[in-house]
Amino acid sequence: MTTTEISLMAHLMRRAGMGATRDELEALVTQGYESVVDDLVHPERFSRGDPDIIHPYLHGPLPEEPSPDDNEDILLRYYRGIGAPGASSPGKWIFHMVNSKRPLKEKMGLFWHQVFACAPSKSAHPRTNRRQLEMFRRVGMADFRTILLELSRDPSMLFWLDNNENHKDEPNENYGRELLELFSMGVGNYTEEDVKSSAYAFTGWSFVQPAHGAVPYGKWATRFDFREADHDYGEKTFLGVTGPLDGTDVIDTVVDQPATARFIARHLYNFFVADEPPVAAWNEIPPLDPEAIDTLMAAYFESGGSIAHMLQVLFNSDFFKNARFAKVKSPTELVGGVLKLIGTYREANPGIDHYAGATALMGQQLMAPLTVEGWQTGSGWINGGTLNERVNFAVEEVSDPDKPGIRAIIDRLGRRNGSTLTPEEFVDGCLDLVGPVEVEEDTRQELIAEAAADGNIVFNGNRAVTDERIVNMLQLIVSTREFQFG
Amino acid sequence: MTTAERDPVLVIVQLVGGNDFMNTVIPYTNPLYHDARPGLAFSENEVLPIDDTLAFNPHAVPLKEMYDEGRMAVVQGVGYPNSSRSHFRSTYIWQTCEPDTIATEGWLGQAIGEIDPDKENSLTGVNFGRGLPQSFVSKGVPVTSVADLDNYGIMTGISDPDRRSLSLERFKNMYAPVAGTGPVMDYLSETGQGVLSGADDLKKAPARYKSDVEYASNPLAKSLRDIARVHLADLGTRVFHTSHGDYDTHSRQEMTHEKDMVELSRGIADFFQDLEEHDAADNVLMLVWTEFGRRLADNGSGTDHGSGGGAFLIGNMVSGGMYAEYPSLEQPKLANGEDLAHTYDFRGLYATILEQYLGMDSKPIVGGTFEQLPVFN
Repeated sequence: MTTTEISLMAHLMRRAGMGATRDELEALVTQGYESVVDDLVHPERFSRGDPDIIHPYLHGPLPEEPSPDDNEDILLRYYRGIGAPGASSPGKWIFHMVNSKRPLKEKMGLFWHQVFACAPSKSAHPRTNRRQLEMFRRVGMADFRTILLELSRDPSMLFWLDNNENHKDEPNENYGRELLELFSMGVGNYTEEDVKSSAYAFTGWSFVQPAHGAVPYGKWATRFDFREADHDYGEKTFLGVTGPLDGTDVIDTVVDQPATARFIARHLYNFFVADEPPVAAWNEIPPLDPEAIDTLMAAYFESGGSIAHMLQVLFNSDFFKNARFAKVKSPTELVGGVLKLIGTYREANPGIDHYAGATALMGQQLMAPLTVEGWQTGSGWINGGTLNERVNFAVEEVSDPDKPGIRAIIDRLGRRNGSTLTPEEFVDGCLDLVGPVEVEEDTRQELIAEAAADGNIVFNGNRAVTDERIVNMLQLIVSTREFQFG
Repeated sequence: MTTAERDPVLVIVQLVGGNDFMNTVIPYTNPLYHDARPGLAFSENEVLPIDDTLAFNPHAVPLKEMYDEGRMAVVQGVGYPNSSRSHFRSTYIWQTCEPDTIATEGWLGQAIGEIDPDKENSLTGVNFGRGLPQSFVSKGVPVTSVADLDNYGIMTGISDPDRRSLSLERFKNMYAPVAGTGPVMDYLSETGQGVLSGADDLKKAPARYKSDVEYASNPLAKSLRDIARVHLADLGTRVFHTSHGDYDTHSRQEMTHEKDMVELSRGIADFFQDLEEHDAADNVLMLVWTEFGRRLADNGSGTDHGSGGGAFLIGNMVSGGMYAEYPSLEQPKLANGEDLAHTYDFRGLYATILEQYLGMDSKPIVGGTFEQLPVFN
């Protein structure tokens, strides 16, 4: 097994999930890269999770929904469970991102959350918002038509963009417009007339409380409700198609547009491959790698808009394989990656909310993006305050040698080279086991200088001393500039 | 140095969650107030009257005192057209002065960039709290964010001081710019070095500080004391920012808002007292703001998100009194049929501070020309 193979697999698992432990990486390399990609895009091959994992979080019976979603898995029930000590929805989501046996499904939830940015204000329906995440999990890798249809029937999105105020006599254009501008084609690919038609087509697409006695602000998640009497059945023209169009017809037309394929391709590239400029500038600034976008667009059209197929093509491409560390980690990726590294919260222990709080301090409050345009990614994640939070968080988290992931690194180092390592071997070994992380030569020399100050590291004597030296080295590594990239 | 020569310093206190302005500066003789707030209205004999129409919240005695001394301007009905009821969005609008589009440039960050165009001092703008408010974000402008002044900086998780200082040295070297590593690596270098140099200077503040003022024990009091310590250490900070509270009083407002009012008013009074004792108050202006006011009617035990709120300007240079108009409580004049409508645009308030106090052009920062207030002596 070569270092290159491990590096490539680590890259894949960082992007398609929250990373992997070294044991997991070795098993995955043995399995083979393309086979792993195939598994990632087929999450249904893997169990939904071990019921024992959820037990500590559950106090009292699970809440009864008026009509439980039969597609619901046990971890989702945990995720939705009330009375969990110290676990908010974002906290539970982070737990799943780190532990799920279907990592890409969770990562796609994060992807769509960024593209279809939606936040419940406090007076809206938090439970409804949690349903949205479940929807992203359910259809996040389906064909784009299905995704847009589900999105257009999603009560929290309808509320967020005022479609419940979109009446046939008094149209509200918010959703009809954003569907085109932010969710499918991007500005410049439709007219104001198309926006009006789109808005009329979605009149009457609203939501309803399924049960009475909703306290406070909706005890149950609200459900999609088509209000026939409030729907405009008149003739309209949308992107050259004329007829008594409704929302489904608009979506059918939208998903056939090259602009849509291009928009989704660029979003996938930006999220999974390398940082692109902000979405608002996509009309003016061409893609970093136009050939890659063409490849992804072709994948879109040859598969009827299948996101799973686009992802499979993307992960197997050279442009993906060559893009190691070409992205600034989002706060969620940084926190999830550190949790994976240190090996805590493999079970649902209380306290996971600390990690949701950490992403918020780094500028990404999950389930509460500031605007419908989502977060500013790439170097937009970094400023003096957030860099300080990122470095201090990671340094603090790797500081305990008895955390399982840190102990595993120490044990692996101790088995190398007959249990004595030169400063170079020590530094390279740590960089390898933390990522592998690839650093500038100047950075590596600085780390070696640190290691050399105490000479060779010998694993046969005072464990406290070796533990301390290794923790110290890990703290420096996770504070580097290079560690900010994923 | 005489007082007149000192550079003007601005202290921002953000009330997080949407302060209930109507129960802060109370229209206590207006029957519509009592009708709308059966559960939450203060009676005439509880409040601290300003005149025969308005009164301060009974738990804000120190604010009333500052007002009576003529050091506090109450800016009534502050807001903007089509006020957003989302905390996040409305806060963001206040922070970037862009109600219609999504902007990333914060108004304070831009002001800090004007004050220190050559980026000589990463402490020109200092936030006390975790993370960084969007108002402080402006491309290429280094600012500092301090969670805990006594333990500020990079790698605070390393408890052994000797080892930490060695690690910081390594950090500094590892963040030295390396040619040819790309703009994002360069930006990370610049940001990391800025955090480090700020931390070095800030270390001086606690040692230089001595005071007889005993602050209360809550996060706002702690932040205001930290601001006083940094201000008194003369590190060149011109803009301070901190935030307070949970003002999002959907339920059990009586309890929460009382605590908010007590902490806020005592904290501000102690802060200025501290500065006065050190003869360092004359060049300090404080702005207290919130993202929106709350609904006119209560919901039984609290109030939901509303529109027009209120702001305070406090300092020795302020000509105290009431500014702009108190929003009407009459049904036809309400926003959305149920909120106090704004009567004054917050961007005019910012322009007032930027032009008249900090002496800079406000138009590019607030995005246009807005009516200013004659609030300074």
